[in-house]
Order: sequence, then C-alpha cells, then structure tokens
Amino acid sequence: MVELNTANKVVSLQAVRKQYANETVLNNINLDIQSGECIVLVGHNGAGKTSLMKLMLGLTRPTSGTVEVLGKNPAFSASVAQRLALGYLPESVAFYEAMSGVEVLAFYARLKGASKHECEKLLELVGLADAAKRRVGTYSKGMRQRLGLAQAMLGNPQLLFLDEPTTGLDPILRQHFYELIDGLKKEGATSIISSHALNEVEARASRFVILKAGSIVACGTLDELYQQATLPIRLKIMVTPGEVSSVVERMGSAINVSDVNNQSFSVSCFKDEKMPIIRHISNLGEVVQDMQIMPPRLDELYSHFMSGGHL
Amino acid sequence: MKLLWILAQKEIRDGLRNRWIAAAIILLGSLAFALSILGSAPTGSVRASDIDITVVSLSSLSVYLIPLIALMLSFDALVGEFERGTMMLLLTYPVTRGQVIMGKFIGHVLILFMAIFAGYGGAIIIMTLLTDGSTEGWQAYAIMMMSSLLLGAVFIALGYLMSILVRERATAVGAAIGLWLVFVVLYDLLLFSVLLIDDGQLMSQQLFSLLMLISPTDSYRILNLSLFEGVSEAAGIAGIASEAGMSSALLIGVMVSWVIVPLTATLLMFQRREL
Repeated sequence: MVELNTANKVVSLQAVRKQYANETVLNNINLDIQSGECIVLVGHNGAGKTSLMKLMLGLTRPTSGTVEVLGKNPAFSASVAQRLALGYLPESVAFYEAMSGVEVLAFYARLKGASKHECEKLLELVGLADAAKRRVGTYSKGMRQRLGLAQAMLGNPQLLFLDEPTTGLDPILRQHFYELIDGLKKEGATSIISSHALNEVEARASRFVILKAGSIVACGTLDELYQQATLPIRLKIMVTPGEVSSVVERMGSAINVSDVNNQSFSVSCFKDEKMPIIRHISNLGEVVQDMQIMPPRLDELYSHFMSGGHL
Repeated sequence: MKLLWILAQKEIRDGLRNRWIAAAIILLGSLAFALSILGSAPTGSVRASDIDITVVSLSSLSVYLIPLIALMLSFDALVGEFERGTMMLLLTYPVTRGQVIMGKFIGHVLILFMAIFAGYGGAIIIMTLLTDGSTEGWQAYAIMMMSSLLLGAVFIALGYLMSILVRERATAVGAAIGLWLVFVVLYDLLLFSVLLIDDGQLMSQQLFSLLMLISPTDSYRILNLSLFEGVSEAAGIAGIASEAGMSSALLIGVMVSWVIVPLTATLLMFQRREL
C-alpha cells in the first residue's frame, strides 16, 4: 500500500487548462482537495466534469498547468504505484463482456494485489453474489454499475473517483450505494463524485465544485455557496384566517410579499434583512400563528450559478 | 513481471473461453496431418525424406495461414478496447502502458505457440506413430514450427500497430485484410512481375535478393525451404539462399526486426495517446 503524504493534500490542480484541437474543455482550474473530503462536481453535460476526472486519473495530460495526485503527476508511469490507492468508476462503465462477473472482478483484483476473498466480499456487498458466475454481457445497466462500483472499491482505495455513480441504480440501491460511500469516508477515504442528483449528494458533500463551460464558477461548502450566491431566503408566515391582508399591510411596503392566500403569505428577503423582518413579525402579536424559514435549495443555488448570476 | 503474466493470462483465458485456441489447433493440426499424408504421394513411396516434403508443403501454406491467424488475434487488441471503453478503466489500474502492450503480446504469442505446437507438432507425432516411419528431418520440422511462431509474432506486432492507428473497429477489420494482402500476396506478386517484365535489366540479383530479404514472409519461406538440404532438394530451390548470401541468422534477424519495430512504434504511439 502506498502511504499518503503527511501533508494531507490529496489532489492539487494549478492553473490547469485542457484543450482538444480548437476546443477548450477546461480553463484555469485551481483546486486543492484534502484527505477525507467528499467533493461533488456539478455542472451540465459537457461542463468538464469527466475531463477533470480523466486529468486527475492520468488518462489525459493538461495542455498547461500542473496536476498532482497523491504527490505525483498522474500522467507519468512513475505514478503507477500511486494507482494502487485509486478507485475509479467511469461514467458508462464497460467490461469484458465474455467474462463472468467474478472473473472480471478477479482480474482487476489481481492487478491491484487484492485477495480473492475480497472479491467475494465485494460481490456480496453490491448484491451480485448470485449473478457472479453469469457473463457480464447478460448484465443489466444496474448490475454493470454495481460491478463497476465493486471494482472501484477493490484494495480499499484512499481516493475514489465516481463519475455519475448512481445513474441506473434504483432508489434502494442508491441508498445502499451512499451507505457504502459513507463507510469508506469513515475509514478516511477521499471521494470525488460527479453527479446530477443534487438532492442525493447534498448531505454528503463536504464541498461542491460547480463547473460551467470548463471553468469553476463556484467552489465551497453549502454554507459558503449560499453566502456567495446572495439568493433570497423565503419566510412563510401563517396567520389567523382572514387576517392576511391586515398583517400584510402592517408589514410595510418595503417588503417583498408573495403567495398570499387566506391564511398565509410568503416574504422573501436577503440574509441581512432576515432578522429585522423576523423581529417585526414577532411583534405583530397573537395573529401570527406560525412561521417557516426556507433557505434556498441546492438546485436553486445551482441554477443561480449556472445562469451566470455570480461571475 | 507478475503484472505482465496477469495481463497475458487474461488473453489466453479469452482464447480458451471463446474456443479460439481449440479451433486454431484443429485447423493447423488437420492441415499438417493432411499434408503429411499427401507428402508421400508425389514420390510414390515412403522415403526417409517424408518429413522434408511435409515441411515444404506445410511452410508454403503456413506463409498464408499463420499471418491470417495472427492478424485475427491482434487487429482488435487495442482499437477494440478503446472503443468499448475497457482500456480507460484498465489504465487507471497500477499497470504501465508498456505492460499492457507487452502483456497482450506475450498472451497472443503464447496462444499462437499452443496452436502451432499442438497442431503441427501433434500431427507429426501422430503421423510418425501411425506410419511407424522414420523421424529423419525432424530438425527441419522443428525449425518450421519455431519460424512459424516467429512469423506469427511479426503479424501480431503489425496487427497492434494497425490497431492503434485506426479509429474504429470496423476500419481495423478492413485494414487487417489489407495488411495481409500486401504482405502475403501483393508484395511478392509485384516483385515477381517486375522481375519477369524487367528481365534482369534494371533489377540486379542483389537488389532482388534484398527486396526478398526485407519481406518477413519471404524471409520465412527462404529460411524453411533452403535451410536443410533435404528440404531444399524437395522444394527444388537448392542453394538459392546461400548463393544470395542469406544466412539463417540474417533471415531470423530480419523477422525479429519485423517484430521489434512495429511493437516499439505501437508502444510509442500508445504512450502519447489520450483516452
């Protein structure tokens, strides 16, 4: 096993640019990833998520800038030993169709120096133990995905690259999948996940990297993104039936009121206005029955950054 | 070393799984068997040089067949894995690109080894047992088997080079057929027609010998047909090679270069390739 550097920077990208012919797929990417983080890459198809992963895996080389993974340039043969500590699940994983599931996994396990016992354990874990002797050619999309996940987890990787890992998995398997990732995370593994399923990854990500047309438009924890985005917060206020209009009147005209109905209305405001408004509402007395504070959701945040609201 | 063997073993297992190896053994074995039965026909009686005659006919046939088998093994080796996407995953494992190529090469050469030695070797053993005949000339037969393997290795290497040059599997099939035609049929056809038309005016004996020598298939032919006296007599080309100054070491050297050069070129291109 390769020991991690004492400095716990696992991945370091500096001023990375990647160009194919006339097309720039990644532009000025700066990103440091610490050990134990769970990084989620989000962005439209073609935003550069897969290109970024391939660079970190050493499958491609940057046109300019430097890529370092586990302390080495991944594109050189010298970094072969580093790859013992990597796991990768490609976006649409392909296997040797004529081999059975267990043969495929055993082949990869031998390359990584993992034991046969580990293969059996992983097949059990991803729920493929019964289908292990069948040809991979007969597998469904979900089964391939699970086999892909099993191979990515061979040899207890310290750094996992998962490209759209939950596509083709049913909700129960998705849940199961995230449990596996959580398990690895507890053991200190770093994972880099690209995903469209924002709500699924929201709770697990330590940081989000939002990519747009090859550039990082935002990067940070959920809280940091909220701060950067300056999206309005919504307050939903429930009042005694029939009293809505009088309460709205007493709120004053400077306030942005919407969704008015018989017993509730919404107010949207920015972060710095929030507390004064709440204080004002609580001074309105018994007529206010309840209040909900709804911060912007991740997908709102995402479309905010995507629409170019930030940069 | 261990990784090379793991990669080679995968190719061999694939060959066993899809009955490829079995089919090749049966094909080569039955051909060798048939030719060794026919071997005594031209001369009418069982002579000591039975095996020699078999070497002549079998090597003349192998020169077409072995390249074809080798190309069938190798044409898909790289482009197929690129196209299916299995190469991308493989290269994220702790293997170098050089190991991937060499592992495949070792695996494919071993498959060919099994096919040739089990097929040709098995046939001659059965034949000898059946006819209770002499084993005279077995050296020529052994050389024929080994040089057939070398010829196969040449076309495996050429097949890889082609496999990394093309972008699609479909193109690779066509290119493999083209490669076979050029190296096995067209080159000689062209060479001999020029020789006939030219009638020794422009092309000197030396130039002709050189043009023969640089072709891996011709090197194979000359090696097998002139190395042993009995064989070259049977083939009716006694002494051609030695007259032209082609030692067997030179002939083997030419064939080995035809392995090393394409293989190195493939490796260099693979190193640069982005997935």
